[in-house]
Amino acid sequence: MSEPLVRLENVRFAYGERAILRDISLSIPRGKVVAIMGGSGCGKTTLLRLIGGQEKARSGRVLVDGQDVARLGRDDLYAMRRRMGMLFQFGALFTDMSVFDNVAFPLREHTELSPELINDLVLMKLHAVGLRGAAKLMPAELSGGMARRVALARTIALDPMLLMYDEPFTGLDPISLGVIGQLIRRLNDALGASSVIVTHDIQESLQIVDYIYFISEGRVVAEGTPDDIRNTSDPFVHQFVHAEADGPVPFHYPAGDYATALTGGAA
Amino acid sequence: MLGVLRKLGALAINGVWRLGFITRFFWMVLLYSGQSFTRLHLTIRELYFSGVMSLLIILVSGLFVGLVLGLQGYETLQRYGASDSLGTLVALSLVRELGPVVAGLLFASRAGSAVTAEIGLMKVTEQLKAMDMMAVSPIARVVAPRFWGGVISMPLLAALFSAMGVFGGWLIGVVAIGVDDGAFWAQMQAAVDFRYDVINGVIKSCVFGVAVALIAVFEGYDCVPTAEGVSRAITRTVVSSALAILALDFVMTSFMFRG
Amino acid sequence: MSRTTLDLWVGVFVAMGIAALFFLAIKVGSVSGSDIKSPYTLTARFDNIGGLKVRAPVKVAGVLVGRVSEIHYDNERFQAEVVFTVDGRYKFPTDTFANILTSGLLGEQYLGLDPGGEEKMLAPGDVIKKTQSAVVLEKLISQFMFSKAAEGDTAPAK
Repeated sequence: MSEPLVRLENVRFAYGERAILRDISLSIPRGKVVAIMGGSGCGKTTLLRLIGGQEKARSGRVLVDGQDVARLGRDDLYAMRRRMGMLFQFGALFTDMSVFDNVAFPLREHTELSPELINDLVLMKLHAVGLRGAAKLMPAELSGGMARRVALARTIALDPMLLMYDEPFTGLDPISLGVIGQLIRRLNDALGASSVIVTHDIQESLQIVDYIYFISEGRVVAEGTPDDIRNTSDPFVHQFVHAEADGPVPFHYPAGDYATALTGGAA
Repeated sequence: MLGVLRKLGALAINGVWRLGFITRFFWMVLLYSGQSFTRLHLTIRELYFSGVMSLLIILVSGLFVGLVLGLQGYETLQRYGASDSLGTLVALSLVRELGPVVAGLLFASRAGSAVTAEIGLMKVTEQLKAMDMMAVSPIARVVAPRFWGGVISMPLLAALFSAMGVFGGWLIGVVAIGVDDGAFWAQMQAAVDFRYDVINGVIKSCVFGVAVALIAVFEGYDCVPTAEGVSRAITRTVVSSALAILALDFVMTSFMFRG
Repeated sequence: MSRTTLDLWVGVFVAMGIAALFFLAIKVGSVSGSDIKSPYTLTARFDNIGGLKVRAPVKVAGVLVGRVSEIHYDNERFQAEVVFTVDGRYKFPTDTFANILTSGLLGEQYLGLDPGGEEKMLAPGDVIKKTQSAVVLEKLISQFMFSKAAEGDTAPAK
């Protein structure tokens, strides 16, 4: 429990000239559920892609289980990814396969298990997310919440050590939202895994996570346990938790003087 | 004026950049092909989608092209009293040129665009990324089978197109107009050489198959992951494939059929 | 379950494609490589080969026995040298006559061989000495016109 599973040290990242992450240091302890929060477009998803090795940091290090992800060769990276699971924003189910085949996909790709064993494993995973009865459906026949649960079953198919969730609560009704939230917590504890949730849904996250990081303009601006966050005096966190329109995060995109713009001067 | 120049320059640089990228992509597809051949059912599935699904349009078009060739050819040949050579005319134009080229163009718009759309949509819905995160290479699992499905289908489709066209020419010439059946086939056989004409036609269709399949998978894989990006990629697949087929056809014809 | 029907369709497709290739090979085209067995080459020199092309047929008594494989110009003799391949089953006397003929009025030109009466046969690589050049239509017409003109000159005087 000493060494955290994931550690980011002074990570800087940019798409071309546009800096996304300026200086991020954070860690995800083993067995915990950690949320990374921030406004839309602040580089939260990029953070997950750095951990998954899909992007390389400009500077700084991303350590997963003690290994620098950016330095891994292709084979080592793929070996590492087999122990990671990532849930994409809209599930990213394979549309040409049934629910069953979707969940069986990682098992068939990475193991030599017999069809009977795969059948049992898939049904177990689907049962865990409550969708054993939907095994024969195609992804197009599922609702948004169901699709995400199937994707979750697929993500945990290989019993990963690290689970990453990219905006798992977006676009769900309150019931589905609660279901997904509870599943994230339960599966994390049942698998003995660690989880990272990237989200901007503060209320749901406060109920299920162990630790929260706030990111703004490429930096960690606040962090703490849910209780710390609820009672914080930090103006940024306060604005976020209480969903205020204006505050440290301004309502207006940076612009010239309003009066000058209206009276015909150059903006 | 300067703006136009700048745009042209950007266009040229972009073109060269894409050419380099498609070459590297081609190399990657070949590298990963070994992996995808170990599970043949993936390629067989794609063979079904690009080959079997294109069958109807290829057969029907082949028949019509043959019918037209028969009519027009007869019209011209009978002026010189050479209507017995109708078989030669129909067979040579089909085997050497029309078979591979028209089948290639049809294949690009039927199967190529479908492959681009499929891969593009998988990219939009993050399926490719998800696969990559599951430690399964999308190039080995998604791209290579579709590429090989196209490469294998194309020569077979072109052969079917030519055969159907000859049949169409025969229907018009022999059955409808009344050219002598024996002369039709005998003249054709005397003029069409297996190694020289048929094999060269097959080589052409193989090259077109590689070109169309590569363009289709590349455009899908490289598309901007939005609905608009996918539709643009599909258009580009059809346009680039058509240009590639016609340009390659010219190059190959010029050194295959000299003298 | 659906995989087997899919396999079936792919099988049908591949079989059809291969059948079409065979159809093109056998019914539409003629396999020129294999019907000439144990070939050997002969050479013939002509003053004028007209429109003879490489791969043109070589015929004896109207039967196809081989094909022209090379044509080049011999700069010492100022003649065209035609190298052709003949089926090993056929032998020709040393005094065989080589002509360049045309099939029909506008048809393609081919190499016709007229076997002579010698006992000795041509060996592979030999040169046929007796040849007759292609009939050039323009020459034929001009000869005809001149003779007509000559007739015309004499006719009114008569």
